[in-house]
Amino acid sequence: MSISVQHEDFDLSTEVAALRAGQPGVGAVVAFVGLVRDMNEGSGVSEMALEHYPGMTEKALAAIVHEARQRWDILGSRIIHRVGALQPCDQIVLVAVSSAHRGEAFAACEFIMDYLKTRAPFWKREVTPDGARWVDARETDDSAAARWARPES
Amino acid sequence: MIKVLYFAGLREALGTAAEELALPPGVADVGGLRAHLAGRGGDWEKLATTKNLRFAVNQDMARADTPVTEGDEVAFFPPVTGG
Repeated sequence: MSISVQHEDFDLSTEVAALRAGQPGVGAVVAFVGLVRDMNEGSGVSEMALEHYPGMTEKALAAIVHEARQRWDILGSRIIHRVGALQPCDQIVLVAVSSAHRGEAFAACEFIMDYLKTRAPFWKREVTPDGARWVDARETDDSAAARWARPES
Repeated sequence: MIKVLYFAGLREALGTAAEELALPPGVADVGGLRAHLAGRGGDWEKLATTKNLRFAVNQDMARADTPVTEGDEVAFFPPVTGG
């Protein structure tokens, strides 16, 4: 269970290899990579900056992974989220999950990503031809996270 | 003393990223602190008028009725947009 918040880029193959190294019980690895697009809300995006809340970010991500482990039988996970200045086509985020069978890894990876989008304190600021603007949260992200809610007991 | 942090668009609007202040008399929770700070007037009124403002106390997501006590770190910020 490894979490990094960093400026540096990452290499998917290296991360997946590390996640499954020496683990013959791993039958499935699911990895999601989020990228900077050159278009958002109808405007061209030439640059993006990612701000976060140091300390809380790591704590929030650890809590999300902890919850995923309670819900699914996963063997390992790796989260990398970049901060600072990024360009279109750059990688922003990696969520990779290993498990014995694919169902658990698919579900846990999607869950971690949906919760990260709504609970981890990151904020995007993008530069467009009309100037810089803070990206608005999307309702579709809230509804994606709400799918995983459990009935109150 | 308590530490108060502001992030993203709110930080820019207020021109402040962080401050330390004595826990104001009568302030017992996040909602009370929000109202107290908005009462400074000017740009600070944005704390009251910003829609969907989010809060954290000691680096955990909080609600308006989450208690605030001496030594706490309280953060105000817009909805998160990472990933």
